[in-house]
Amino acid sequence: MSAKSSSVAWTEFRSNPISILGLILVVFCIALALFADVITPYPEHVGPIGDFTAINQAPSAAHWFGTDTIGRDLLTRIIYGFRLSLLMAVLVLSISMPVGVILGLLAGYLGGWVEFVLMRLTDIFLAIPPLVLAMAIMGFLPATLTNAMLAVTVMWWPWYTRLVYNVVRSEAREGYVLAAEVIGASSPHVMFREILPNCAPAVLTKLTLDIGFVVLMVSSLSFLGLGVQPPTPDLGSMVADGAKYMPDAWWLSIFPALAIMVLVLGFNLLGDGLREAFDAEV
Amino acid sequence: MSPVLRLLLQRLAISVLVLIGVSILIFFIARIVPGDPARIALGPNASQAQIDALREARHLNDPIVVQYGWFIRDLLHGDLGTSLYTKRPVAQDVATYFPATLELVLYAGAMMILLGLPLGRLAARFQRRWPDHVARLLSVIAVCTPAFVWGVILQLTFAYIWPIFPLEGRLSNGIDAPPLITGFYTIDALLNGQISTFFNAVYHLILPATALALSGIGQTARLTRSSMIETYRRPFIGMSRAYGFREDRISRRFAFWPSLIPTLTILGLDFATMLANAFLVERVFVWPGLSRYGVEVIMRKDLDAIVGVVLVIAAMFLITNLVVDLIVSIINPRIRLAERKAKA
Repeated sequence: MSAKSSSVAWTEFRSNPISILGLILVVFCIALALFADVITPYPEHVGPIGDFTAINQAPSAAHWFGTDTIGRDLLTRIIYGFRLSLLMAVLVLSISMPVGVILGLLAGYLGGWVEFVLMRLTDIFLAIPPLVLAMAIMGFLPATLTNAMLAVTVMWWPWYTRLVYNVVRSEAREGYVLAAEVIGASSPHVMFREILPNCAPAVLTKLTLDIGFVVLMVSSLSFLGLGVQPPTPDLGSMVADGAKYMPDAWWLSIFPALAIMVLVLGFNLLGDGLREAFDAEV
Repeated sequence: MSPVLRLLLQRLAISVLVLIGVSILIFFIARIVPGDPARIALGPNASQAQIDALREARHLNDPIVVQYGWFIRDLLHGDLGTSLYTKRPVAQDVATYFPATLELVLYAGAMMILLGLPLGRLAARFQRRWPDHVARLLSVIAVCTPAFVWGVILQLTFAYIWPIFPLEGRLSNGIDAPPLITGFYTIDALLNGQISTFFNAVYHLILPATALALSGIGQTARLTRSSMIETYRRPFIGMSRAYGFREDRISRRFAFWPSLIPTLTILGLDFATMLANAFLVERVFVWPGLSRYGVEVIMRKDLDAIVGVVLVIAAMFLITNLVVDLIVSIINPRIRLAERKAKA
């Protein structure tokens, strides 16, 4: 992997309209999530109480995305769903990413039995499709928000371990690493001060793509009824609940479904743009 | 020993080790969770005597390592324990529900290959021209959309608004399931010569298989495209252009086949993802597969059944990867050549 200066990367990123579209979508979704309290038309509809005079209304000027079976404004709940999804993605990745990166550094640089144990362990985790492993963990724990995040975190770190391991294996042969070793730098110094910064483009790119995929995973769990529980507004469970009222109240599941699509698409386009700009192999 | 065979035996050994690892992982996760499995199994109204009896019968009083030993012994005898939900052996339940899931996943896998590869090839052939842009946009949208969202969208469009496909299930009402041979309705119907049942089963498969296949199609197209663009930079492509081969033939033969190898390796992973996503799609189309069973046993904290379902899925994943390895080693000329040299 060739490291590029960030200004070169930015120039390249800017030249691709698809990447810019990704950036705009991401900024838009994050802004909605951050300012949900201010911009949502009916912030009081987050909880279990709706407006019983406006049940199951089709999209209109007052309710752009319609209302649900107990008269809550769907747009409001989707925007709060963005907030919850993004928050969960950030929490999951802020634990699994550092753990995975450190283990990958250790396995790639130290080699020997450390490498053997860690890499076989990641093989085991990666042999179970993520959704199935997360579902199984949820099977052993009560279905709560915290446990859903825990389940996704437990299965997410091996991807970073494998990624960083591969980067370290190719970086360790580079001249700058040899030079540091020759002048007697300690292993922790070489790993964390010399090699780690060069893993950053790959890790950051994967992180961007993963925010989308964690959102996808968490919403899949709650679609199956194994994640976030009502009345907390969650995109996955909104799609599942709405599907019961098809096709008459089609908006109940189609709008949350499109919302997931937009959110994941944004992070994917942005991640793809970063990958191309940094030449990172993810 | 031929290199292909040696490679496969090596892979097989690693797969068995990984599967053992998976069994340890899932077994220990199942045992370290808070709560007494026997009490969970028997429900809140069970007496202490009943709980003690079940603890004794399931060896729950032994140290955890010994418990794992019992678990493996039963597993090797094909015994995955008894489901608390259906009151039947888990192995039997899995055998009942799994064929429906596998049939769905295989049809989706076929769609992924038959549509994803040509789409990727076209994108690479017309790189940076409009077919490429359209194909890339379609594939990124396909990849970013969860399978259940596709399910809901397809169902609304093609079963409710424009009802050309059935809403749910594997067969229409009034059509009996074909006699059980493989559990695949399409194959069983053909084996019995029930042509109308066969078409009915295919008709019911189209929407769920498409919902399941779409993200795989996108992923395959993306991989094929990038892999082929890599191949296009090789000297032999320039050479075949110099020889005057038509662009279409170059793309169809010279650039496509070498690019297939990296794509195939990832296809194995995509197939595994489909096994997981089948859980979501089955939910939308009320497909009587492993998913309904899986979600039900998870909701009911049916520990043996959960462990059984996860092990079956992991085993399927490993088998898929072995098959992919086999195909890759057959079509990869480097491995084939090594074999020829070894024989000479």
